[in-house]
This record gives sequence, C-alpha cells and structure tokens, in this order.
Amino acid sequence: MTVRERLREKISAAFYRHGLLCASYPVPIILFTSASILACCYPLLRLPLPGTGPVEFTTRVRDYTVPSHEPQGDLGERPDWYRGPPVAYIQQVLVKAAVSPWDSTLVPVDVFRSPLGRVFSLLEEIRNHVHNDGLEALCLQVTDLLPGLRRMQTVLPEHGCLLVSPGNYWQNQRELFDSDPDLLKTVHQHEPKGLHTTATLRDLLFGVPVKHTGVSLYSRKRVVTYTITMVLGSYDARFLSSLRARLRQLHPSVNCSLREDQMVHVHFKEEIGMAELIPLVTTYIILFAYIYFSTRKIDMVKSKWGLALAAVVTVLSSLLMSVGLCTLFGLTPTLNGGEIFPYLVVVIGLENVLVLTKSVVSTPVDLEVKLRIAQGLSNESWSIMKNMATELCIILIGYFTLVPAIQEFCLFAVVGLVSDFFLQMFFFTTVLSIDIRRMELADLNRRLPAEAGMPLPKPGPLRPREAPPPPRPSPHTITLQTPAFRNLRLPKRLRVVYFLARTRLAQRFIMVGTVIWIGILAYTDPAGLRTYLAAQVSEQSPLGEGGAGGLPPHLGVAPGFPGPGGDPASTLSVLPAPAEPTPLPENQSQGHHGAPRDVPLQTQAPPLVPQISWGAEDEEGWRKLSFRHWPSLFSYYNITLAKRYISILPVIPVTLHLSPREAIETRHPQDTRHPPPPSLKTNDLPADLTLYKVAALGLAAGVLLVLLLFCLYRVLCSRNYGQNGVAHGRRRRGDLPCDDYGYSPPISEISPLLLRGHSMDIECLASDGMLLASCCLAGQIRVWDAQTGDCLTIIPKHGLRRSSSSGCWEQRDGWDAMGVAEPENLGGGTEPGGGVFDEDEGYPLRRRTTPRPALFENQPDLTPLIDTNFDSQPPSHLLLTPPRDGFDFGGLVERAYLEHEPPSRSLGYIQPPVPQGQGTPDWESAVWAMELRGNLIAAGRSSGKLELWDAVEGSLRCSNEDGVSGITALAFLNNRIVAARLDGSLDFFTVDINKPLGLLQYRGPPGRSNMPPSPCYSSEDVISCQLTRSVQCAHQKPITVLRAAAGRVVTGSQDHTVRVYRLEDSCCLFTLQGHSGGITAIYIDQTMVLASGGQDGAICLWDVLTGSRVSHVYGHRGDVTSLVCTTSCVISSGLDDLICIWDRSTGIKLYSIQQEVGCGASLGVISESLLVTGGQGCVSFWDLNFGDLLQTVYLGQSSDGQGVRQLVVLNNAAIVCDFGSELSLVYVPSVLEKLD
Amino acid sequence: MSTTPSRGPYIAVVTNRNTNLVIRGFMLFSIGVFLALVLNLLQVQRNVTLFPPDVISSIFSSAWWVPPCCGTASAMIGLLYPCIDSRLGEPHKFKREWSSVMRCVAVFVGINHASAKVDFANNVQLSLTLAALSIGLWWTFDRSRSGFGLGVVIALLATLSTQLLVYNGVFQYTSPDFLYIRSWLPCIFFAGVITMGNIGRQLALYECKRMSGKTHQD
Repeated sequence: MTVRERLREKISAAFYRHGLLCASYPVPIILFTSASILACCYPLLRLPLPGTGPVEFTTRVRDYTVPSHEPQGDLGERPDWYRGPPVAYIQQVLVKAAVSPWDSTLVPVDVFRSPLGRVFSLLEEIRNHVHNDGLEALCLQVTDLLPGLRRMQTVLPEHGCLLVSPGNYWQNQRELFDSDPDLLKTVHQHEPKGLHTTATLRDLLFGVPVKHTGVSLYSRKRVVTYTITMVLGSYDARFLSSLRARLRQLHPSVNCSLREDQMVHVHFKEEIGMAELIPLVTTYIILFAYIYFSTRKIDMVKSKWGLALAAVVTVLSSLLMSVGLCTLFGLTPTLNGGEIFPYLVVVIGLENVLVLTKSVVSTPVDLEVKLRIAQGLSNESWSIMKNMATELCIILIGYFTLVPAIQEFCLFAVVGLVSDFFLQMFFFTTVLSIDIRRMELADLNRRLPAEAGMPLPKPGPLRPREAPPPPRPSPHTITLQTPAFRNLRLPKRLRVVYFLARTRLAQRFIMVGTVIWIGILAYTDPAGLRTYLAAQVSEQSPLGEGGAGGLPPHLGVAPGFPGPGGDPASTLSVLPAPAEPTPLPENQSQGHHGAPRDVPLQTQAPPLVPQISWGAEDEEGWRKLSFRHWPSLFSYYNITLAKRYISILPVIPVTLHLSPREAIETRHPQDTRHPPPPSLKTNDLPADLTLYKVAALGLAAGVLLVLLLFCLYRVLCSRNYGQNGVAHGRRRRGDLPCDDYGYSPPISEISPLLLRGHSMDIECLASDGMLLASCCLAGQIRVWDAQTGDCLTIIPKHGLRRSSSSGCWEQRDGWDAMGVAEPENLGGGTEPGGGVFDEDEGYPLRRRTTPRPALFENQPDLTPLIDTNFDSQPPSHLLLTPPRDGFDFGGLVERAYLEHEPPSRSLGYIQPPVPQGQGTPDWESAVWAMELRGNLIAAGRSSGKLELWDAVEGSLRCSNEDGVSGITALAFLNNRIVAARLDGSLDFFTVDINKPLGLLQYRGPPGRSNMPPSPCYSSEDVISCQLTRSVQCAHQKPITVLRAAAGRVVTGSQDHTVRVYRLEDSCCLFTLQGHSGGITAIYIDQTMVLASGGQDGAICLWDVLTGSRVSHVYGHRGDVTSLVCTTSCVISSGLDDLICIWDRSTGIKLYSIQQEVGCGASLGVISESLLVTGGQGCVSFWDLNFGDLLQTVYLGQSSDGQGVRQLVVLNNAAIVCDFGSELSLVYVPSVLEKLD
Repeated sequence: MSTTPSRGPYIAVVTNRNTNLVIRGFMLFSIGVFLALVLNLLQVQRNVTLFPPDVISSIFSSAWWVPPCCGTASAMIGLLYPCIDSRLGEPHKFKREWSSVMRCVAVFVGINHASAKVDFANNVQLSLTLAALSIGLWWTFDRSRSGFGLGVVIALLATLSTQLLVYNGVFQYTSPDFLYIRSWLPCIFFAGVITMGNIGRQLALYECKRMSGKTHQD
C-alpha cells in the first residue's frame, strides 16, 4: 500500500464522516455557515461603496501647503487620497456683466455682445499681470491636444498655458470677435449634434452652466455670467492674491461677500468609459455563459434551479469572504474589484459543486439520504482534493512572479479557494442533502396515488384465470378534478410559483420598477426635471403673487437657482442684494425705493436696471457643472484625473457695468436684424429641450435595462421554443415536467389506463368515440368501452359458442381458449408473415392470396345471382345505382331470401340465435383492417372477406366474400363501406338494415350520421352488406391508404397516385399525380382538406374540389409516415423521426421537432394547440404553438416499451394507443391547455 | 433505410457536411473578430487612460484589416484542430464541455487583460509570466501533444509574419523591446491558438454527434 493509496483512503474516510455529519444536522450547519459568511464579510462594511462620483475635501487657503506624499500620522478627517500635490489648481475668475441702465433702443444682442467683448481686456490683464514671475511660470503647460480632437483645435489652446474663457471661441482675438456677425451661431456651431449630457465645449469655456450664462436673445435678467478659468500647475499664494487685488481694484464688486478662505480639493474616482466597459462586459458575458453551461449540467435533483442558485451563492460568498478576510488582515484591495471578479469566479469555478452533485445523485436511490451523501462525497474526495491542490500550486507559482498586481490577485484567489472549499463542504453539501431528502419525500408522496391509480400487477402468465382483475377504480378521478381539488394537492411552494407564473407578477413588477426608476432618474438628474420645476416655480412666483405668498419675491431676480444642495441660508444671504443694488448713482434712488413689495411690479416688465448680485451660490459655481467637467477638460490633453485630485481655489469675482453707449458702439451691423424679444413664453424653450433630452435618455436607459433583464431571463429560464431541428430530449422517467419550463404546469398525474387482454400485438384499432375495437395478431377482436376502459365483448378466434353476454369477465371461455391457443398463435402470427401489416412500410410486403374456403354449405347457392365478375359488366350499370336502390339489391336476392325462408341466407345475414357454424366467420385469415361505426365492426381479412360484427354482442352480422384479394384498408362512412384490396381494386359496399316486420320500433333512417350518439343497430335488425361496385383497377399497385370524409373517398397507392372518389356513386373524380414515390399517408377531413405524403418525403396539399395541387413541400428524409391537419397547420411525421409543422395556407415550415431515434410515427391532434405523438413506450404532448414538450406519459412500467404505432384520438379528449399487446387509454386533462 | 428515395432539398442542405463546415467556419470567424476587437481595445487602454468620444471611432477605423485577419486565422485554427485530431486518430477526450470552453476563453481574456493592465517591472518578467500562464492554460484545458505542437508552430509563424509586416512598415509597435519583437506576442498567440482550437473542437463535437447518431439510425 503506497502512501498515495493510504492518503486516498484516509481522505475518503474523512469525507464520508463529514458527509454523514452534514446530512444529519443540516439546519445547525447551515446556520453556522451563514454566520461565518456574515462574519467574514463584516470588514467589507468599511470599504467605500463603488461609485464614480468625486469626493471633496475642504481646507483653508491661509495656511495651505502642498500635502506630502507620506501619510503623516492621523490628521483628523483628512482623507487618504489627500497626498502629494494635486494635478492642478483651478483658479476661476467669475465675471458678471450687464449693460445698465437698459435702454429701450438697445437690441437683444446688446445684452451679451459688449459684456463678452470685455473678456479680451480681462484676459490681457491676467496674462500681463506680473508679480514674481507671471502667469506663464505658474500655469499648467499643455503640449498637445489628443489626436482625434481636430475639431477642437481652433477653440482649445493647443500649447502653452491652459487658460480657457469664452474668448477662445474667437482665438482670443478682439478683431475676430468684432467682425463676427452672429455670436450665438459661433457658440452653437461647436456644440455636439446629438444628445450630450456631460460637459460640452460651451460649459468648458464659459465655466458656468449654459442656463446661467445669460448669453441668449431671450434673457430676461440681462446679466451675462462667464468665467475665465486658469489651470495652474503650481501654487503661488502671493501671485494669486496680487491678481485678486488687482482685479478687484479694476472692477470692484460692491455687494460681493464671497468667502475667499477655502479651497476645495476634489478627488476623482476611476472613470469607466464606454471603451473600458466593452472588455469588462465581454468578460461578464463569458462569465454568465460559463455559469449557464455549468449549471445546466445539474440533473436528477429535486429543484435544479435551487441547487444552481446554491452553487452560485457558494462561489459568490466565497469571493466576498476572501475580500473580507483580506481587508481584515490589512490588505487593502487596490485592484478594481469589478475587473478581476469574473476571473476569480472562473478560477474558483463551479466544477467541484457539480461534481459533488453528480456523485451524490449517482449513488443508489434506495439508500438512506445520509449514506448517499456520505458515499457521494467520499467517492469524489480524491479528485476534489487533487484539483484543489493543483489550483493552489498554480496560484502559488503565480505568487512568485513578484508582480504586485498578480500577487494580490493570487492572494485573493488563495483565500477565495479555501473559503470556497469550506463552503462547498459545509454549505453546499448540506443544501444538497436537504434537496435529496425532499426529493425522496416528494417521490414517496407521488408514488402513492400513482400506484393507487394503477391496476394491480398482471396475473402471472401461468394462471391467468385465477384472479380476474377487479374492476378498476374509476379513471375519472384522475382527469376530472375540479381546480380546487387540484390546488389542495399542490405544495405551497408550487402554488406560489404558479401564482407568479399565472399573473406574470415578476414581469409586471419589473415593468413598474423600470417606470419608477426612469421617473426618479428624470427627476434627480442635475439637468433634469427637478431643476426645471424649481426654475418654473421661481420664475413664475412673482407673476402668481398670491399663490406663492411665502416665496421671497427677489428670487425671480436672483441669477441662478438654488441648486439641489442649496440651503435656506444661501437664499437668506441673497436677501440684501436687491436692497443694495448697483453702485451707479442714477440708480441709487430707484434701488433704495425698491421695497420688497415693489419688486414684483418691476419684474413684470423686464427690469430697466439689470441687477448684478453675488450670492453664496456663486462661491462654488463649478458645483453646478457636470462632475465630469474637469475630467473631460483634462482628458482633452491626455491627462487623467482618475484616482487623483485637483484643488479649486476660491473664485475671483469681477463685476462689469457697461453703459448703453458702449454697447451700441460695439454693435455689429447685423445685430439689429435680430427680431425683438418675443413673448415670455419662449423663455421655456431651452429648458424644454433639456427636458426632452432627459426623457429620451431615460427612455433609452429603461429600454436597455429591460433588454438586459430580458436577456438574463432568457439565460435563466432557457425555454426552448422548437426551432429547426432542436432536439428535444425526451424527458426521462421521474423527471419533473418543469425542466423545460421555468415553471411547471400543474402536475396532474396523467396515468394511462392499460387495457389488457390481447395475447399478441395489437394490429388494428378503431373507435367511434364510444366504443373501441382492437384486433390483435391472433385475430381476436375485443371491444372496449372508451369511457371506462371495460372490455365489453370478445370476439374470439376459436370460440365454439359465440359469446353474447355483456360483461368482460364472463368471458371465461374465450379467455381460456385464448390462453391455450397462445403458443400456436405466436407461430401462426409470425409464419404467415404476409398477413402481417407492416407498419413501417405502410403496405403489405407480400401478397398472399388465401384460397377461398367453401364455407357456405348449408346456404342457398346464390352465386348465380351475383356476378362477381364486375369487369365484364359495364361500369355505368352499377355506378349509377342510387343508394335507395342498393337497399334491395335487385329483386333476385329478395326472392332468394323468401324462397329459402327458415335458414335463409343471403350474402349477409345473421339472426342472433343462430347456431354456430352458420355465421362461418373466417378464422383462418388475419384481420388486416377494421372499422367501427355505431355498434358495427367492419373487419377486412387477408382472405378478402369482409365481416360485420355486432360490437356489443359479439355476433357476426353478415359477411361478404366477393373479393379474393386481401383487404388492406377499410373506410366506413354513413352506410357505406369501402374496402381497398391488395390487388389495387376498390370495393364499395352498402350496408342495409332490414327491420324485422314484427318489430316496429323504427329507429330512424338507416343512413345515419357517422358519429351516432348511441348505437342504433338493434340486435334484431337484419343487416346485409352488398357489394355495390367494385373498381377493379383503381390503382396499378396495392392501395396503401384509404381515407373517407366529407363524402369523398381518397385512396393512395404504391403507384405514386392519389385518387378521389365520390362516396355515393363510387365515381372516380380525380387522379392526383405529383408524388415521386408511393403514397404513405393521407389526411382528409370534413373541410375537404386533402393532404398526402409519400415515400419521397414530399407532402402535397390538394384542393379536393378542383383537383389542383395547392402546395408541394419536402420535409422528410424518407417516408412521410403520418399526416394530421389542424385549421392552421399541417403536421407530418416521417421515418427520420422528425415532426414538421407547416403552415397550411402558405406551405412554409414553421418548425420541426426532432424526436428520438425509433420513435413511433403516430400523430394525433387533440385540440388546435395540442399535439400528441407516440414514442417508445410513451406518448408525448406538445404545444403546437411553440413546439414545447408539455408532458410525456409513460405507458408501462418498463421504459423499454415497444413503440406506439397507432394512436386514435377520441372525442372526450382521450387518446388510445397500442402498446404491444396492450391498449393504453390516456385521458388528457384540460389543464394542459394554457390558461392564458 | 435502403428504400430512402431522394431527399428534400432543404434537409439535404442542412445536413450537408460542407455546409456544416462553412457554418462552423463562420462562427469561428466571428468569434475571432470579436475577440480581436475587444483585445485590441484592451491594448489601446494601456496607452490612453480616458477615452474622449472620438477615440473609439479612431480605434475601429485604424488598421481595419487586423480583426478580419484574426478572424480568418481563428477560423482556420478552429477547423484545423478537429481535423488533425481525426487524422491522428486520437480524438480529444479531455474536458469536452461548453463550460470548460467558456472557462478557457475567460482565462485567455484574463491573460490579455493582465498583459495590458498590470504593470510589470521589466519585460522579461512580463514575458515569463505570460509564458507560464499560457502553458498553464494548455495544461488546464487541452493537454494534448498535437495541440501543444500546433500551438507552438502557429504562434511562431504568426510572430514571424507580424515581424515581416513591421519590417515592411505596414504595422508598427509602440515600443519593440526584445530583438525588435514585443516579447509577449508569441505567448498571446499561443494562448489564442489553444483557445480557438478548444472552441473549434467543441463545435466539431456537434457534428460528430450528429454523424454518429445518423449511423446509429441507419
């Protein structure tokens, strides 16, 4: 025993014990793990939340020194990013300029032209200000604009000092400004065309939000605001103070009380741009695909999604734990968590979890849960440990690369791996044990009613007569449950799920959430609704005086609106502003007179004297800008502010008052062309535009979110609609039907009702809705009640007495005979193989003509009366025989009847109490075709004989042996029987009912509808079956299919043609040619739709009225085995195990369903949207609209059942199919029809 | 079924082997193009930290032929791998699952990410780390000798052709460091070859399944 093996054994034993422990005490262990997860995640609370918003820190200007790089002790609340010099210092000169007094001769452009013109002299002043070494030495020198910003080239400074002002629009040249005919156009032409929410060029140059600049033709306040922004590379307090003093001296701001002692340091988080997001999104997509493909493999558990969730929770919480533990031990994560997270998940992986699940699930089911878990764990212990060791080794190698980032990643990964292992062992194993236990309980619960509903086990083959099966419990309890009852049976959890699924609560919730979110977004956006509303309120309040009583009236005059963070104090500080207006002497009096009461009057008309006021909101005007303002300015010069900070110095206020004369002097000749300011309404225009922008943006974001959620939803609930060739794996036995679903339909137990009794494989199956007739290879015909499944009649092969009682269980004799005859039947069934109707081929392989036995010894020889040689007769003779005439087939028969009175035999006859032997049923030949109408069974035999049996009494009512060729197909419609024979001939029979004279209860005309509510033939009726016409050469080759509906008989044959006959006069209407192979399937219904499928895989749709081909499609490799139509589509199945659904009107394939190999070819349509197909020992129900597999019902106990070859849909939403020697009656609960 | 007559045209098209090949090739091509675009973006990020709006468009417009080339190469590699597997007669059995393939792709993107974002002390360290990571990738997801050989050969060829392009001035490195070669290039190529081969094999698996199913049916 090597060390390795010993180690392996030890590990295995340890895992076994651990598994026992976990499965024994699930609840304490889960509590323990949850507690440890929470404990490990606790340090995460100290980490800052991710976000891209900038962080601010304010210091005093007076004793400012550049912070050092090293963290120097704990300096109070100083943030840890406040280290080293900032990227830049921002010094803004805030200019407010107005033309005063306002003159009525001035045009709107005058509001801003001359104030803007003053920027050039100011710039000159600033540039030339020399204190120590001038601006050039202090300012941030930029070298080059980012390539790709060519259009900015003319506007932004390309080299030298980074100094921006509105003058940049005109290259800082006064001449260009003066010769510019349209200033607004110049400003606007640099604006981006599309939606742009962050910093625009206009914001950058003006330094204040667009609304506050006052550069507009419709400005009511006539105050122009802009800034000159200097970006300084180093800080020189003396230069700045001298500049401030100089500017104040030149342009005094009288009422200015701005604070000048605080500088704000703004730290910017890492920006996530669109381009950076793309790789990130890609990695996340890969991550999701990985998780999806992994969790898809979880199988054979109670709740697949529950376990998948547990697996994901395990991985995620192990990651959180690792981050938490690392922070606890002083490792601050410097890596971007969002970026490395997908890789961590991939490294840690979901494999172990899946391996565990698989291993546990594959343990024997009958073991105790504890032991299963333990065994599963110990089975996989070695591989788990090996994997773990390998991964640790790889990570360890990575640690020795000595690259800090990789080391950090490896450290995280190691801790993550260990915590993941811990969680797998404790959390996931326990969840798995709970799940498995639940599954077993659920299975037990399910098994009980299912077994109760099943018939008792088959009696042993040796003593079949000993225990006749007791009457079955009524199958209706399975199918016809009231909804209330069904609800009672469902577990609570499922009810919640159904409720959610039915009401689509989650979807609606998401929708409402999206709407609310969009609303919040639009409201709180800095440029959004709230500011707009505030603006509206503050603008309108002076007008609507009474309504806005509490509002200080001067708000209407105050430039700018209190921002979102504006506190009452700021408004208070503005209060003195109107009281101390401009220092100009001529306005002095008016300003002083302007008591607060008078102001509204003033503002109703635009004020004559624009008032320049300084408020607290001007102190930090940059706050109103987008928080991306500074990063985008710097990014144009390829300088990033991510994880760095800038320092913003207090603004220098400059107040400019210009006289009207100056304004007129600087006027450009074209300025006067502008129209006078229109009505006040247009004021709202720019604001409205912002509103629209925000709304559009919010809408787009909402749509994106919905799309994202939808994708997520699709990933989580992979509801496979039947696409082309999608292989729908048939659901394994024991699987929940919710697997393909997302939510499961109510699990109503569709348990098939097995009708047993036939000794050999069932060959023919016929039904008229009430009764069900089946015929096995042994030739035994059994009649069943389609509702209850009781066997009503047995028409035995070798019964010496005709069994004519009512119940199934009184048929001992027939049972006996059958039991005895079984061995030879087997031989007889296989030996005359020609008699076996080969379903795969669709037509008999070999012809076998049985010599016609001489059976009618004691009957009058009527052969001279009937000339069977129809060939020699002119066809028109019989062809035109009307049905009434067919009633008494010439006087000849009638006469013969009378002559032969007591044992009068004609072609057909039988009186119930006739001794055996007179009916002379032909037991030698096999039944090849069978039809059931009313209570008459028409059976076509291989000998060519047609027999009519009473279904209830089991008596032979008449027989006809005109033909010698075997009957391959029968159609029984109204009172006509059409028989197709092996030699290609087609015989039309008429069934006559002759009421005995003594009986007067006439039950109606003999010609009945083909779906009688109750059997109409009474046993006393004399039934005769007469050959009305025989079409000898209907087809050149054997007829393979025969269908009758809507007064038409359609035959399909090996000779590639389809023929349509009229039922009443046996006239051949059309010969339809179009297939290149033998016809294998035909469908015709009451609506005269005719579809045919052939061996060439083609499906043709025909118009029965004109005989023209409507469409012709190829859908299958190999034969089309079955065809069914609904009102909207055609469903075909082929030998290639494909079920194709075609649009009936256009002939376009909607989709196809790939079935398992060797699935039966039988199809049935229960309703417009419910398709049923037969498979290997099961039947499957499909939703026709989507191609969803709704449910698979297994017919027998063993899954290796024979294929379902025939499938008949009954009226009462039940289907009957053959299942080897048994029949299976499956009731389809209406639950399967979707509620919505 | 011996009696199966002529097939319908539609079915024949879908199940045609050549068509399947074309479909697979196209899928591989698009994967290659997509990865090339994304990884190119990652590399660009190393130089430009912030993206003003105009940069993105310039990325996509410059050297437009690089993504199609990568796509074509990945299609060829993805088709070559299963082909060689079948030629050698040793079908690849190791970890044939989509989840494993996804893991492989994620690790590949991670290697690129690391080479783009992580600051290494010197280029030798970078190259060694990347080489170790690439070999680890091969060991974790492939472990076939043919895969390794093909990967090495293709990586060398690709490096050589890139070098030729650079010599002819079609293309330019930002800073050649080792014998005029970006030393991490072969490692990235190797990892890429392994990844694309993995995807190609997984895609080919579908066809194999279908083929075997068909023979089984016959």
